[in-house]
Amino acid sequence: MITLTIDRHVVVVPANMTILEAATTVNVDIPTLCHIDLEGTCVKSNPASCRLCVVEVEGRGNLVPACATQCRQGMVVHTSSPRVLRARKTVAELILSDHPNDCLTCPKCSDCELQRLVRRLNFRVTPYNDGERSVRKIEITPAITRDMSKCIYCRRCESVCNEVQSVGALGAVGRGFGTTIGPAFDKELGQTNCTYCGQCVAVCPVGALTERDYAEELIADITSPDKVVVAQTAPAVRYALGEEFGLKPGASVTGKMVTALKDMGFDYVFDTDFGADMTIMEEGAEIIDRLKKFMAGDKSVKLPIMTSCCPAWVNFYEHEYPDLLQHPSSAKSPAQMFGAVAKTYWAEKMGIPRDKLVVVSIMPCLAKKFECNRPEFAVDGNPDVDYSISTRELAALIRRSNINFDRLPDSDFDRPLGESSGAAAIFGTTGGVMEAALRTVYEEFTGKTLPRVDFDEVRGLDGFREATIDLGGFPLKVAVVHTLSNARMVMDKLRAGQLDYHVVEVMACPGGCIGGAGQPYHHGDSSVLRARQRAAYAEDAGKQLRKSHDNPDIQRLYKDFLGKPLHGKAHELLHTTYSDKTIK
Amino acid sequence: MAKAKENKLACNVVQQVEAICDKFGNQPGELITILHETQGMYGYLPEEIQRIIARKLGIPASKVYGVVTFYSFFTMTPKGRHPISVCLGTACYVRGSEPLLEEIKRTLGIDVGQTTPDGKFSLDCLRCVGACGLAPVVTIGDKVYGRLQPKDIKKILEEVGD
Repeated sequence: MITLTIDRHVVVVPANMTILEAATTVNVDIPTLCHIDLEGTCVKSNPASCRLCVVEVEGRGNLVPACATQCRQGMVVHTSSPRVLRARKTVAELILSDHPNDCLTCPKCSDCELQRLVRRLNFRVTPYNDGERSVRKIEITPAITRDMSKCIYCRRCESVCNEVQSVGALGAVGRGFGTTIGPAFDKELGQTNCTYCGQCVAVCPVGALTERDYAEELIADITSPDKVVVAQTAPAVRYALGEEFGLKPGASVTGKMVTALKDMGFDYVFDTDFGADMTIMEEGAEIIDRLKKFMAGDKSVKLPIMTSCCPAWVNFYEHEYPDLLQHPSSAKSPAQMFGAVAKTYWAEKMGIPRDKLVVVSIMPCLAKKFECNRPEFAVDGNPDVDYSISTRELAALIRRSNINFDRLPDSDFDRPLGESSGAAAIFGTTGGVMEAALRTVYEEFTGKTLPRVDFDEVRGLDGFREATIDLGGFPLKVAVVHTLSNARMVMDKLRAGQLDYHVVEVMACPGGCIGGAGQPYHHGDSSVLRARQRAAYAEDAGKQLRKSHDNPDIQRLYKDFLGKPLHGKAHELLHTTYSDKTIK
Repeated sequence: MAKAKENKLACNVVQQVEAICDKFGNQPGELITILHETQGMYGYLPEEIQRIIARKLGIPASKVYGVVTFYSFFTMTPKGRHPISVCLGTACYVRGSEPLLEEIKRTLGIDVGQTTPDGKFSLDCLRCVGACGLAPVVTIGDKVYGRLQPKDIKKILEEVGD
């Protein structure tokens, strides 16, 4: 441990700490735009490029970047001396000199880190206001919108895409004022191996990277008299939506969300959690099927079986591991299962023609916007899920609909596609799908009731977790990973024949869907993710119904319509196939 | 920019690029050296070649492209058989290299960074060849032409064989 002085504080910290980190221990909050460290996950970017964190160290001639300067014994640091403030203001002025002035109509307005910074530095006049500004084409993909005119070259997106996700779709191109961040050979994102995980959007401090907004389509459908508009809400949305209305991270706003959706004009409000229970029925049956074949000595069975709920992860293996496409479960994601069932079983029951029924998924995710556009998830060109909006888009729509969210009373989901188990409630966190599957697989496989439904060994936030579960004498080896760099590590081992698990869960975003790219911005604060995760487990613990196969509405759906998991109608509606989508 | 898909690489070019990567141990840290040598061999760095290098080095194509677009030495446009460089360094500039450049552009009908349709000449600028005593200087291939005037251009271009 070493001792140094930061402003008026004497600080005792480990020797390898940076000044930036040491300052936070005494509540000195040095501004940054490029640095991000989602502690406890591998989301970290520290290119020391924005230079806003410069501080003065006594005895040193130049100002130093706090994010990239290690603490030394006896150092005396000034973080807001007149010299530092002058330099910081100049840096901010130079950033603004090549940044558009359309803050009022920017999608990031009031949630922009650059805007916050300027407010913090409290200057009223910018000296370089009249010069020419870089103007670049806006690219709108099905999931992500890129407006590189707004880019401030912090390179967080590049770090996340390369280091955290190991995808490498984005990189710095060109030099000087010609610099931009984008795909190789100036391609569009859709022509690259981009998975639409959207983590670049999640960390972008400004409005350069945002989601593709479907608000106009939704409003047109809701106000159309001959359309029946149905909402399905993903598990992770309800623990994060409240943040957009000033509630604490992790506040569960399920009931208010349902009321808001009904007030907005949705005809029926259902739950993707119901789809999650279906997913467990199918994926669980598939796990048992493969395990039984494996135990019977069938050498052709592909193990480990991998979860397939996460659309960015599906894109990832279709792009990069075409030789291993037999490993992921063929089960569709909960949202797509829901859409398929809503537009058949439920539509028939209600007598609603398919072309009059609009299914909107409300997701913590941007890749879902791409997923529901996949041609295989449509019947005669009519998609099972018409479009997907993010948690943030929902919040914006609620505000626009003049709804005072925090005073709303609670409502329940509509039945029958609204009832769900605790197992479904934890689908939105890393480890949740695994735990939900284990609850069902254990009971179906052993024929015994679980003494305790909690599988603590697969919970947590570590990027890679493994456990061995006693399945009535059979040691079931499972692993849970999140972020695509960890997924790549697992897939590379599998390709090399060195992966010894039966079941692997993969989610592309840090923390799983709770850290999804459609969620309210975490601005680098990992306590937000932890709070959302706690909320998911609390919701699960508070439910009477903890296992997917105990959900009475699921049981009825199978009895009346789907038949047996993996067979007949269930197979036809709830399973998919993957194809080689290698980028040549 | 070169439309890589239009000029499918010959099989031996793929092997040559791969051999260059192998020579440097397929080390990502050797990227610049590899690009340098590949451009020396092939003349320019089209998309397909960059993708081969990316694959061999196990790095994203965006990284390779980022380096290629950062350094002005690297080019994605095929060079002419006789690359012309006009020095715009201080000494050459004050002694009139700009009118020379204009004359070359006019004569060949191409801009800086472009190649004539017959592939004979390409035109670039540089900032000093170390022959300031001969200013203004133009190089064609390895040959240096000094103390030029715009009226000399037509003649020296005609002198160059195919």
